[in-house]
Amino acid sequence: MTTTIGADTTRRPRRGPGRRTAIALFLLPALLLYAIFVLFPIVQAVRYSVFKWNGLTPLTDFVGLANYQRALADPVFQGAVQHNLLVIVLSLVVQIPFALGLALMLSRRFRGRTVLRLVFFAPYVIAEVITGVVWSLLLQPSGLADGLLHAIGLGSLYQPWLADPSTVMLAMFFVISWKYFGFHMILLLAGLQGIPHELEEAAAIDGATRRQAIRFVTLPLLGPTLRVSVFLSIIGALQLFDLIWVTTGGGPINASNTMATYMFDWGFKRFQLGYGSAVAVILFGFALILALAYQRWVLRRDTEGAMTTGGE
Amino acid sequence: MMSRRGAATLLATAAVVFAACSSGSASSAPASAAATAAPPSAPASVAPSAAPSAAAVTINWYHIQNNDPGKSLWQKLADDYTAAHPNVKVNITVLENEAFKTKLTTLLQAGTPPDLFQSWGGGGLREQQTAGLVKDITSDVSSWASEINPGAMGMYQVDGKQYGIPFDLGMVGFWYNKSQFATAGITSAPATWDDLLADIGKLKTAGVTPVALAGKDTWTGAFYWAFLAVRECGKAGMDKAVTTGDWSDPCFVKAGADFKKLIDLKPFQQGFLAAPWDGAGSGAAAMAKGDGAIQLMGQWLPGTVTANSTDKKGMGDNLGWFPFPAVTGSPGDPNDGLGGGNGFAVGKNAPAETIDFLHFLVSKDAANQWGASNSGILPTTVGSEASVTDPTLTAVLAARAKANFVQLYLDQATTPALGGSINDAVATLYAGSGTPESVAAAIATAAKTQ
Repeated sequence: MTTTIGADTTRRPRRGPGRRTAIALFLLPALLLYAIFVLFPIVQAVRYSVFKWNGLTPLTDFVGLANYQRALADPVFQGAVQHNLLVIVLSLVVQIPFALGLALMLSRRFRGRTVLRLVFFAPYVIAEVITGVVWSLLLQPSGLADGLLHAIGLGSLYQPWLADPSTVMLAMFFVISWKYFGFHMILLLAGLQGIPHELEEAAAIDGATRRQAIRFVTLPLLGPTLRVSVFLSIIGALQLFDLIWVTTGGGPINASNTMATYMFDWGFKRFQLGYGSAVAVILFGFALILALAYQRWVLRRDTEGAMTTGGE
Repeated sequence: MMSRRGAATLLATAAVVFAACSSGSASSAPASAAATAAPPSAPASVAPSAAPSAAAVTINWYHIQNNDPGKSLWQKLADDYTAAHPNVKVNITVLENEAFKTKLTTLLQAGTPPDLFQSWGGGGLREQQTAGLVKDITSDVSSWASEINPGAMGMYQVDGKQYGIPFDLGMVGFWYNKSQFATAGITSAPATWDDLLADIGKLKTAGVTPVALAGKDTWTGAFYWAFLAVRECGKAGMDKAVTTGDWSDPCFVKAGADFKKLIDLKPFQQGFLAAPWDGAGSGAAAMAKGDGAIQLMGQWLPGTVTANSTDKKGMGDNLGWFPFPAVTGSPGDPNDGLGGGNGFAVGKNAPAETIDFLHFLVSKDAANQWGASNSGILPTTVGSEASVTDPTLTAVLAARAKANFVQLYLDQATTPALGGSINDAVATLYAGSGTPESVAAAIATAAKTQ
C-alpha cells in the first residue's frame, strides 16, 4: 500500500501548485465530458425515477419511492433479477471453466492451434443482433437443432427451446456461452502467455505432473486474468440485453426477461419513463455495488498501487 | 465498469438535451413550451385568419408510408397541392414506423411537434392533447368533417374535440386458407364462436394445423381477447372501461373464458410461443407454408404473408377473409369490430394552411388513389370505398361498412403501458399459466395502478 515506485520519485520534475494546475487543466476536458455524458444522465435518471412520467408532460406527478416499490414487488421484475443471477452463476460454473480448459489446451504447441483459436474466437466477433437472429432460426421447431437431434436418433429429446418458458433460459444461456466463451478464452490465453515457461519447466524438473503444474503453478499465476475475466462476466450478465431482446424479446410470458430488457420494455415500449428510470437506477445500483465490492475484495491485489493509493 | 450502463442513460438523456437545444432554434416555439400546459383551445390564435394568405408558409409533414406506392402517392399529392398553392411549401419527412415514434417523442418532449404528423388516435393522441402539443381543429374542419367516416373520426377525438383526421381504417378479422378449409369439409364461414370451435375440430381431424398464432408478439394473441371483450361487453362496456379505467366488469372474465375454449383445443402451430408476427419462424410464415389454416389479424396480413412466403408470391386467391363471429348470448352487436388505422394529427403551432392541405390529402380524389393502390390502406373518405378492388380487402371494407362501432386496438385506445399489460396478461392464458379470472384481475389492477 505504501509502495513507492523508485523510478517515479527521481523523475518527478517539481511539486506544488504549478503541477496541480497543470493536472487540473489537462483533466478538465475529460472531466467535463464525463460530467455531461455520465454523471448528469445518472442524476437525471434518479430524478425521473421519483415521478410518474410518460415523457410528454412536464414533471409534475411526484410519486416518491412508489416506482421502486412497484418494481421490487412486481413478480416479473423479481423473475428478471433471478434470470440475471442464474446467468451469473452458470457463467462462473460452466462458461469460464470451459474457456479456461480450452485456453490451457490451446496454449500448448500443436498443429492447427491458430486455426482452432480463430474458430473459437469467431462467435465473439459476430454482432449480438446477428447471433440472436441466427440462433432463433437454429432453435425454432424444425430448425437445425431439431433436425440434428432427429438425424442422430435423439429426436425424442427435442424441445421447443425458445417457445417453452421452462427451457428458454437454458437455451439462452447456451447461446450466451457460445457467444462469449471465445472472449474469455482469448483473455486467459493472453494471461497464459505472460507466465514464464521456466516456472513450468522448473515444476516439471521437480517432478510435478502436468496436473500438479497447472494446479500449483499456472493457475495461481493466472489469477489476475482469471479475476478480471470473472468480473467482466458478472457485469456482462447483469447488463444482458441485446441477445435476449433479439432472440426472445424477454418471452415467452416473461420467462427470459432480464433487468435490462424489463427496463427497456417499460421505458421505451410502454413509455413509462419514470418507472423505467427507477428500474434503471436499481440495475445501476446492483452493478455498482457488485463492482465496488469486487474491486475492494477480489481485485485488490491486482490493482494495488494503480487505483487504491492514487499513485502516491 | 459502468460505462455501458452510463451509455444507456446517456442515450436517453442526450435525446432530451439535443431536443432542448433544438427548441431554442425553432422559429415558432416558445422555449418554455413544455412547461406551460396551456388550455388546448388557447393557441388557436397563431394565425387569426382562416383564409390562406399569400404570404409564404411552410408545412412540416411527417408520415410513415416509407414504401411505395404510399410514399410516391403522398409526394405526388403534396406536389399537386403546392403547384396549386405556390405560397405553400411542404417539407416532407418520411420515417419508418419505429424510427418515427422515436423521433416524434424527441420532438414532443422539446415542445416542437411537426405541423402535421402520423397519428393512430386514441390514448396516444390523448397524451399529446394533455401535454398541450396538438391543436383543437374542431371548428376548422366542421365544414367538411362529414366527408369522413364517423367511426374513424371518433378515434381522433379527445373529450369530443377533434385533434386529427384519419385517412385509413382497417379491421381485424379471420384470414383463412381456402384449400385447407375445403380439405376439412368446411363450406361456409363460421357464424358463431361455437361454429368456429367446431371448425377447428374439423381442421384437426383433417390433419391441418388449425390456427397460426404469433405468440412472441403478444399483441397478436391479445386480438382474440379484445375482440371477445367487444362481443361480451358491447360498446357501452368497452367505452366505460377505456374512459374510466374500470376494467372490473365480469364480461372481461367471460371474454377470457371464451378464448380459453379455443386454447384448450390446442389449435396452434408448434412453437407458437416463440413465433414473431413477421420474419423467420413467424406467424405470417406459418400461414404462408400452410402451418395454420386461420389467423386473426388486421388488413395488412396479405402483404406480410407474401413477404414471408418462400416464393414471394403469397397465397393469392387461396387466401380468404371472414369477420369475427358472433358470440351467442353476448350483449355486443355481432357487427361491431376491432380495428384501427392511420391519420394525421395537427401540431399546436401549425399554420392555418395546414387544415386546407389536410383536407386535400383526405379528399375523395386522393382517397380514390389510395384505394386503387390496393396497398392495404382502406380509405376513410365517404364514397371512396369502391376504389378498392382487391377481393379480400373489399370483404374487410364490407364488414367495416356494417359495423356501427369499431373498437380501436386496446394498446392504442388506452396507453402503451396498459396495452402492454393487457398483452402480457392474455399471453399467460395461451401459455397455459393463467386463468380467465387471473387475466381479468391483472388487467383491472394494471388499469388502476398505472
